[in-house]
Amino acid sequence: MHKVTILPEEVKKIAKLANLKLQPVEVNLFAEQFTQTVDIINQLNEVDTSAVAATYQITGLVNVTREDIVDTARVLPQTVALSGAKLTSNGFFVVPRIIDTEETESVI
Amino acid sequence: MKQLHELTISEVHVGYLNKDFTCVDLVKHLLNRIKKYNPKLNVFLALNENVLKQAEAIDKEIAEKGIDRELLGIPMAIKDNFLTVGISTTASSNILKGFMPQYESSVTSKLLTAGAIFIGKTNMDSFAHGSSTETSDFGPTHNPWNPEKLPGGSSGGSAAAISAQFVTVALGSETAGSIRQPAAWCGVTGFKPTYGRAGRYGCIAMASSTDSPGPIARTVADTALIANVISGQDPFDATTSPTPVGDYPSFLNKKDLKGIKIGLVKEYLMTSMSDEVKKLILEAADKFKELGATVEEISLMNPKYAIGVYTVVQRSEVSSNLARFDGIRFGHTRDSFGEETKRRIMLGTYTLSSGYYDAYYKKAQAVRTKMIDQFAEIFKSYDAVIGAVSPGPALSIGATKNQPMFGEMEDVLVEQSSVSGLTSVGVPCGFVDDLPIGLQITCDQFQEAKALMIADCYQRHTDFNLFPDLDKTL
Amino acid sequence: MKITPLIGLEVHVELETKSKMFCGCPADHFGKVPNTQTCPVCLGLPGALPVPNKKAIESCMKIGLALNCSVNRLSKFDRKQYFYPDLAKGYQISQYDQPFCSGGFLNLDSGKTIGIERVHQEEDTGKLQHTVLNGEKVTLVDFNRSGVPLVEIVSKPDMSSSSEAKEYLKKIHEIIRTIEVSNADMEKGQMRLEPTVNICIEDNSGSHFTPLVEIKNINSFNFAVQAIEYEVKRQVEEFEKTGIEKTPNNKTTRGYDSVKKITFLQRSKEEAKDYRYFPEPDIPPFIIENEVIEMLRRELPLLPDQKIADLVKLGVEERFAKLVYNRQEVMNVLDVIARKNDEAIPANDININRLVSLMANGKIDIKKDVIAQYDSLTKVGITDTTQLTQIVQNIIDDNPSIVAEYKKGKINVVGFFVGQAMKATKGSADPKTLSTIISDLLVK
Repeated sequence: MHKVTILPEEVKKIAKLANLKLQPVEVNLFAEQFTQTVDIINQLNEVDTSAVAATYQITGLVNVTREDIVDTARVLPQTVALSGAKLTSNGFFVVPRIIDTEETESVI
Repeated sequence: MKQLHELTISEVHVGYLNKDFTCVDLVKHLLNRIKKYNPKLNVFLALNENVLKQAEAIDKEIAEKGIDRELLGIPMAIKDNFLTVGISTTASSNILKGFMPQYESSVTSKLLTAGAIFIGKTNMDSFAHGSSTETSDFGPTHNPWNPEKLPGGSSGGSAAAISAQFVTVALGSETAGSIRQPAAWCGVTGFKPTYGRAGRYGCIAMASSTDSPGPIARTVADTALIANVISGQDPFDATTSPTPVGDYPSFLNKKDLKGIKIGLVKEYLMTSMSDEVKKLILEAADKFKELGATVEEISLMNPKYAIGVYTVVQRSEVSSNLARFDGIRFGHTRDSFGEETKRRIMLGTYTLSSGYYDAYYKKAQAVRTKMIDQFAEIFKSYDAVIGAVSPGPALSIGATKNQPMFGEMEDVLVEQSSVSGLTSVGVPCGFVDDLPIGLQITCDQFQEAKALMIADCYQRHTDFNLFPDLDKTL
Repeated sequence: MKITPLIGLEVHVELETKSKMFCGCPADHFGKVPNTQTCPVCLGLPGALPVPNKKAIESCMKIGLALNCSVNRLSKFDRKQYFYPDLAKGYQISQYDQPFCSGGFLNLDSGKTIGIERVHQEEDTGKLQHTVLNGEKVTLVDFNRSGVPLVEIVSKPDMSSSSEAKEYLKKIHEIIRTIEVSNADMEKGQMRLEPTVNICIEDNSGSHFTPLVEIKNINSFNFAVQAIEYEVKRQVEEFEKTGIEKTPNNKTTRGYDSVKKITFLQRSKEEAKDYRYFPEPDIPPFIIENEVIEMLRRELPLLPDQKIADLVKLGVEERFAKLVYNRQEVMNVLDVIARKNDEAIPANDININRLVSLMANGKIDIKKDVIAQYDSLTKVGITDTTQLTQIVQNIIDDNPSIVAEYKKGKINVVGFFVGQAMKATKGSADPKTLSTIISDLLVK
């Protein structure tokens, strides 16, 4: 018996967040597999963590910064910056037109 | 008389200095070997097209200056998640098919500065997602001991490259077992430095908080030499440590382990492990005692929790790290991701999504704290902890199909040390069903010298460091 | 029915650092050839890692201190995740629950305090340009701006009118420029604004709050005023029609059309965005000790309010103080004079307030000898009519032809006599008295 059952509807929502297109058979497969995986993850609830804080950094380092200087050695020439792209034009990367109203928008 | 493909780093250098052979000779010899055996093993995804020209230049340098750089003329195989200018880098994924990097990774940059010569890029689990090399979009790598078996992963190609004796040394990376486990399944030596010891800049990110570049080689001594070169604070990686790098090779060649206290992890012996493997581990423990170390049974948190921690942390970080692969600035579109990669991105997106973050990610990181604290406590009284790397020998090709948690299950014995950022060496400790078994020697953060010293002593006093005769096994 | 607008403002400031927030590319991107100032980090290439810019962080903290915030002892960066072509990594490195600064305020001239929720650091995105290529609608992307340091200032919804909002924006703008962390040039997009508006409607049935609306695409203070005013009106009408009140889930985003002067709905789907924030694993956290905070505080120049207060202390009326506090040449002059006064060197008995008002209205040319000009403008000249009458009479006697012209009707020759008299008295005659005497004598 699963503690949490993940339904295909949820998988579809996640796929949208993850910018992945899934086939219906994948959606169902993932729903099943995630349900199993979440069972394993939920085992963590057997561990009492009330007395400890979460660790996001195992190095123990703090305050790591760099000086405000220009690093010309790493700046890529335009041709190199564009070299991996399938579609470029006049120095720009090219993507099919974004529709600003529906799913996405620039946050800033 | 050793053959060219059987030499260690120092033996290669002696050969160069004695003019027994040139770098070009060595490289040609290895390329012939690769030509003959690689089709059956699928170790390499791409070969360095400029390798002979580079070898010629190295020979010129040796003639003029001798061996004035630590790795001059040493042929290496590089795991395909390290960006190498001039050689394609794909992380074994279709989404990066044909990708020619615009910059060099910090670690390979250091290796090149030290004079190493790259033979090619090795196969891996796609984006390092796995412990078998079977999730590669370009076919699995086959285990040189038995081609129907997997080499382990995710650095399976690099481990197999050493086992098949295609190169002198190889570079891999470990997120949770990805160096030690394939090293164990292929019967070679793998070294995972402390997280933050070697820079990750230019290593395609998997789990940002545990990824550790590290060497796979014929001997502990060779891994120590590579560790010397790749370790150190990296100005392009804010998670690297300013802790000074020791001169690792100088700590080796101890004649015994007197005064060393070793913990044998009870829980690691209790997991679903075959009796034969258990036997080998207990024999290893006896060997340590023979060498003068004290070996005591210790208890760690049930390793099953490490599976939960690692699964959540890794998938969450992966889902984020792979967001940049959108086909606009490089690579192909997101539908080119393989199945395992898609699965991990999806699960990671789920565990980070609103409503679940506290229950999963935050909880996992809290359990992680407990693991870290527990190890810190243990290392107050013990120099190292040991156990098997893997519950059993290499599994068969196809074993990972329809097993979404395959990697995590296989890595159950190494996940704790990986998520805690510790350093560990994996060395061969015997055979089961004619397949190698690996032993892990894990030490506290930044105790690389100690881990290497102990592993080196064990290796020199045992005879498990063997390499398959490919004419027989393939 | 009582209507109270609740207006909050989110301001993004582009910092003027030499290099970008997480890499060493030049930060000065305006007008540069596309994609010539990028590197693996800001281009989001595989394997690239961020390393934070120390100066940018200090600038963020300075802004926070200037706005009376606390600099938090513990802080970190977080990943804010969403997909958009101008966001190279598929996430923006920002700050979520542990920002560098929080809990500040800004006082308006009326004395009203506007609360500031937080001041935090993040990175800018690339720039998009919509166009048509080979008959297809496409978007062009330039990453020169990607990774440039930004500071986000979030106010509490304490403003209740568009004019308060404008004043707030002007003051923020001025503070930013005073502490020299950014030029805050609105036209270059170095300061961007986003008002969030809703209203509280009190009627017989109690208090009702309309749903929150975030307004985007505003690039001037005046547009902000127009947009806010339009939006307040619209929300009142909408509430009267539908009665829909604010819930945690019905915040919407509207764009501002500066031509039609309206706001329009930008997103038809009302789902809250799930940014899946989590701590940035590639950047260790920050522990900011008090010494560092105090050092940054000491580095802050005097802020506008402080400068005005200091002038008032010197004896300057507030209305004059507000005209000159931001003019460096004037402040330099005052600095010298004030020091002279401190050292008890006999100053010229200067009325600082009068001096400032003369400098403010341009009667004193600051580039020339200020004290001399002050003296001549304020000194009351010789008013002894007997003495002056004699002098003027002499000049009249010496210039009969000019007197004749005056008698013919050329009244402005009075100026000639004034000039002569001033010469004769070496400039110490009181001009007013002179004029009167001259007019009287000429008539005779």
